[in-house]
Amino acid sequence: MSNSTDIIRAGLKKRYAREKRFRFFGIVSLLISFAFLLVLLFTIVNKGWPAFQQTYVKLDVELSEDLLKVNKDSDEDALYSANYSKVVKKSLQKMFPGVKGRKQKRALKNIVSNSAAYDIRDKVIENPDLLGTTQSYWFLAKDDIDVFMKGKIDRHLPEDERRIKDYQFVWIDKLIEEDRLEKRFNTVLFSNGDSREPEQSGLKGAIMGSLYTMLVTLLLSFPIAVAAAAYLEEFAPQNNKWVDMIEININNLAAVPSIVFGLLGLAIYINYFGVPRSTPLIGGLVLTLMTLPTIIIASRAAIKSVPPSIKEAAVGLGASKVQVLFQHTLPLAMPGILTGTIIGMAQALGETAPLLMIGMVAFVAEVPNGILDPATVMPVQIYLWSDSPERAFTERTSAAIMVLLAFLVAMNLIAILLRKKFERRW
Amino acid sequence: MKKHSLVLGTVLSVISTSSFAAGREHIEIVGSSTVYPFATVVAETFGKKTKFKTPKIESTGSGGGLKLFCSGNGINTPDITNSSRRIKKSEVELCASNGVENITEVQVGFDGIAIANSKKGETFNLSLKDVFLALAKEVPGEKEGELIENPYKTWKDVNANLPDTKIEVLGPPPTSGTRDAFAELALEGGCKKIDWIKALKKTDKSKFKSLCHTVREDGAYIEAGENDNLIVQKLDKNKNALGVFGFSFLDQNEDKVKGAVIDGVEISFDNIADGQYPVSRPLYFYVKGDHVGKVPGIAEFLAEFTSDDAWGEDGYLTEKGLIPLSEEKREEISEAARELKVLSLEEES
Repeated sequence: MSNSTDIIRAGLKKRYAREKRFRFFGIVSLLISFAFLLVLLFTIVNKGWPAFQQTYVKLDVELSEDLLKVNKDSDEDALYSANYSKVVKKSLQKMFPGVKGRKQKRALKNIVSNSAAYDIRDKVIENPDLLGTTQSYWFLAKDDIDVFMKGKIDRHLPEDERRIKDYQFVWIDKLIEEDRLEKRFNTVLFSNGDSREPEQSGLKGAIMGSLYTMLVTLLLSFPIAVAAAAYLEEFAPQNNKWVDMIEININNLAAVPSIVFGLLGLAIYINYFGVPRSTPLIGGLVLTLMTLPTIIIASRAAIKSVPPSIKEAAVGLGASKVQVLFQHTLPLAMPGILTGTIIGMAQALGETAPLLMIGMVAFVAEVPNGILDPATVMPVQIYLWSDSPERAFTERTSAAIMVLLAFLVAMNLIAILLRKKFERRW
Repeated sequence: MKKHSLVLGTVLSVISTSSFAAGREHIEIVGSSTVYPFATVVAETFGKKTKFKTPKIESTGSGGGLKLFCSGNGINTPDITNSSRRIKKSEVELCASNGVENITEVQVGFDGIAIANSKKGETFNLSLKDVFLALAKEVPGEKEGELIENPYKTWKDVNANLPDTKIEVLGPPPTSGTRDAFAELALEGGCKKIDWIKALKKTDKSKFKSLCHTVREDGAYIEAGENDNLIVQKLDKNKNALGVFGFSFLDQNEDKVKGAVIDGVEISFDNIADGQYPVSRPLYFYVKGDHVGKVPGIAEFLAEFTSDDAWGEDGYLTEKGLIPLSEEKREEISEAARELKVLSLEEES
């Protein structure tokens, strides 16, 4: 007796040390993954936060009827097609007289974004009485000016090593002195679709595209997956080799690389059924294929975890199998099913590879208004911006990543809240 | 499950026969990733200036674009495809076999390919032959007709006038159109400077091609992916490396990188425009004539693309790095575009 306690005592120190060591390793690996996350978030936020501000320029525009060749009584078409960039150019020339040479003239024009002309057009069409008056408006500044205002261009470098030249600094200094340059919160980022001009590009098109695509995915994959899971768990014959086959295949499908689903979508939906390319409909159809296995597997686990005693009690009181399923099993399994669904949707939200095959990696400037309009989704927008030559797109890329991350965090939060709210313990 | 997929199938086929065939409001454009930055700017301006919808543009690569373009003449196929090379005879035949016979060709301008390094390093003064010798998999040995595995480690090994730094070139992967053009213009251009290889072109064309276009795989040429911004970032960090990318990226990053002088010609807007800079290529797009009138706005889109506001010497496309054509050429092509002149390859070649 005392012999065995001696043996235990002798090994006790070693066992404690082993336990300590294991805890230490656990903490270290936790810290490592946390550090990676922090570095990632830090670089993205650090690069992306300036994109939430945008520089504006104030110009005094003389809406001259002679220059525009329209007057108050012109019809809307004439007002629509007048050349408003002329008046913008004129007002810049008035402010900075004596600019010569092709290069400098172009640089002068490029203080303000070319959306200025369309802004004026919209204002004039809304109120033709503005013609003939001089108005001062705030316009979007061109991307180079914006990058400078955010401190990304060092003016002390030699002139040929920076994108803004000395003569441009003279203009910018004057504008700043007269309070005509101002940084504001970047509403454009959330109200515009994609654009090739960094200062005019926004995420609204991609966000709406993602929303419509997710809607199609949800409406298709949720009922199909839950029905499949319920059948497999509750109705399918046990120990049947066909059922086993199906089960194995569903599990395999969850591991298939997503690009394969894209190819499948191209071959079947587009080439056979003729679904139009680049629409949220085809995107949703393809992503449905991808999320189905995830939701089926999660739903089956959830249905399985409903205690048999509840089902048996229901059957004992005379409920039919379908009644048991819809009145007891599914409501009790719902938190698990919803969590699985949301995780599957979050996965689909971040997917680009299958969309490449079905034409959703595209330049779409207009915000989609339905599931049959051409659209892109958020991760595609990030990819497209990261590939653009204009310098100002770097910060927009990071800002878009931040918005996408915010959506993902929100979805996961909803999953947790749902689980917390409906979870029952037996 | 079976029932659901059946329902889905029927719903799909019903939709596909009814609403999808009803036509499109927007122009669909596919094709080259090199023309993409220019086509998108025109599309956007077109969408804002006119009341038509903004065209949708996919960047599929020149070959992929022409394949989609030639897959049929129906309304569900693209209206326009961009290309960073001329359409091939085989592609015209493919188009014709699928009923696409009415094609209009529009050349939009030129694009230069830069070989660049960091501003911090010294300027490279390369000949095309240097480029070929530094990057080809096999190079000529001492005897005529002999080929050896590329032995050059530093630029000095290639040409005594070049700096004594390791050969390290970051460039696009084989799937990229830029790589095709680089191989064809720079590598083949340098390859042809060696007399016996040039003679080979007449006798054994496929060997000539594989000899001139195959890039070494021992780590001197690094495939840096399709993202040109990434190459610029890497050049900024490593002042000994060179990078291969389109002129528009050099133009946007002139504070970080500088182009090499090639065959004595500096890469610049003007030198590409007048054809002196050797590594430049024409850019095209192709329009399906039969879709004009069926899809709204095609003719107006062509007019916008070929207007002086866009592709002229002071146009907004030059700001994005497109090198314009000469004025006579522009007039000729814009007129052909207006009349939707049908493409025929024979007459010009």
